[in-house]
Amino acid sequence: MIAAHLPVLQIVVPLVAAPFCLLLRRGTWAWILSSIVCLAALVIAATLLSQVLESGPISYELGGWAPPWGIEYRVDVLNAFLLLIVSATGAIVLPYARRSVAHEIPESQHGGFYTALLLCFTGLLGVAITGDAFNLFVFLEISSLSSYVLIAMGRDRRALTAAFQYLVMGTIGATFIVIGIGLLYMATGTLNMADLGARLPAVGANRTVLAAFAFLTVGATLKLALFPLHFWLPNAYAYAPSVVTAFLAATATKVSIYILLRFFFTIFGPTFAAEDITLQRLVVPLAVIAVLVCSTVAIFQSNVKRMLAYSSIAQIGYMMIGIGFDTVTGLTAGIVHLFNHAATKGGLFLALGCVVLRIGSCQLDDLAGLGRRMPLTMFSFVLGGLSLIGVPLTAGFVSKWYLVQAAIEQDNWLVAVAILVGSLLAIIYVWRVVEVAYLRPAPEGTPAGGIEAPWSMLVPTWILIGASIYFGIETSLNVGVASAAARFLLGVAG
Amino acid sequence: MMDIPGLYNYWIVIVLMMTGFYVVIARGNLVKKIVGLNIFQTSVFILYITMGKVEGGTAPIVVEGADVIYSNPLPHVLILTAIVVGIATTALGLALIVRIKEAYGTVEEDEIFAKDESA
Repeated sequence: MIAAHLPVLQIVVPLVAAPFCLLLRRGTWAWILSSIVCLAALVIAATLLSQVLESGPISYELGGWAPPWGIEYRVDVLNAFLLLIVSATGAIVLPYARRSVAHEIPESQHGGFYTALLLCFTGLLGVAITGDAFNLFVFLEISSLSSYVLIAMGRDRRALTAAFQYLVMGTIGATFIVIGIGLLYMATGTLNMADLGARLPAVGANRTVLAAFAFLTVGATLKLALFPLHFWLPNAYAYAPSVVTAFLAATATKVSIYILLRFFFTIFGPTFAAEDITLQRLVVPLAVIAVLVCSTVAIFQSNVKRMLAYSSIAQIGYMMIGIGFDTVTGLTAGIVHLFNHAATKGGLFLALGCVVLRIGSCQLDDLAGLGRRMPLTMFSFVLGGLSLIGVPLTAGFVSKWYLVQAAIEQDNWLVAVAILVGSLLAIIYVWRVVEVAYLRPAPEGTPAGGIEAPWSMLVPTWILIGASIYFGIETSLNVGVASAAARFLLGVAG
Repeated sequence: MMDIPGLYNYWIVIVLMMTGFYVVIARGNLVKKIVGLNIFQTSVFILYITMGKVEGGTAPIVVEGADVIYSNPLPHVLILTAIVVGIATTALGLALIVRIKEAYGTVEEDEIFAKDESA
């Protein structure tokens, strides 16, 4: 009985729990409630993924209205995988949140904080699960509005301007997406994404459809921070509370990439993207520039959080290179990297959150000598850094391996070289942190002895970092699901 | 293509959209940015409302026994949701501006940047 309603429970449980967090007022109770909800969401997502892998896509009719008239929740391999990423991040980040939030956010705002976090969580899951284009926009706005609130809760006053800048850019992006959806509705008279995909070939590539494609692409790339539309991201990540940075870095941009994948492959179809638009000429150059430029900019940052934010934009570039290739290998690489990067970057930002808890800063110079004082935290940072670079036996290596393969398949040696250069640049910015933390002595007058972060924060950090190592060695889950999703999107049997 | 009066609504949409977009980009005053964003969103509301209109169609309320053409109510319903989203965005943006004003003492973008630079 309940099993049949899992798709809608995935959304309804966190959505209903969110206002209760506000009513509970006391931070601890709100935290307990949201932890339980995120765990429940993880269980649901895992069940959905195993069901989909076993018996194919699940369609859920909201309120019993049959699609394409009613809103449909449609779970296939790709979005079941994404639901798992989002809910796992939520479930891992929440145990961590307690100490970190108590440290960074005033007590009176805790209820509001968990409400916003759960709403953001709901929105991201909703974007992933819905099969209706307009519903997607609504969920996108739920997640975006709550993430503006979350970012504005940062301690630094620059968090406010960062949140405002993100609000303006995010709203423009979302409005572009609505315009695109409206134009598609004009052309086809339907909002169901699978139905849109079925009807568009008959309409052909007329001017309305092309304009819709342009609006949807620009809107989604604004949201996922593809170079050169990334200006909101570094400040938003740098000044948001540590928990929020880790959560958003692991989920928000990934969900936006998913939106783009849906638009490109489910609605417009792989041949439209390849032949009428020549996606490759459009996306791949921008993505390559993102990798090179933002990796270079990351080297010159003095704030480690900001450095990782620029590195995120570069990593998004890698994913977009894979997607831009429009081949099974390329898409597999993009989707695998989406997963691997969520684990790696989430873990890195959590490790930084531990540092902020103990020394109250994430300026590079303040990290001097931390390798001795916080050995477990800094070692997890090093391992995460290795995965970011793409050293063998880490998850980062697996995705880059597939990406280089995809580039070579296309005889695109320039891109393959760019990917390797990007990794070399990553070595430099990760090394800067390692050098300061391990080779530079702690400043005069710092008390001796360790200041290791509490277990409640170390364990989630190590789970994510551990995942980014584990999935570099045992690749059957991430690569297996990603290639199944890639073949599904491209409509290739197998 | 020459049907400019017939496409009157769409021309208004484009003019409003570009006006709003320009204000968002070109103005340094945060409140004006929000106003621009609002105009930009409003143009999309009009776009949706316009596409729901069926020529010769009446309001979509069932008329017994008569053979009536109805306008399409779906885009209108959709845009109700988008209006709510727009209000939430505006409210949140203005709330952020209040906090920014408290923290920086100004709502001019260049002055805020200058204060961050010197800090």
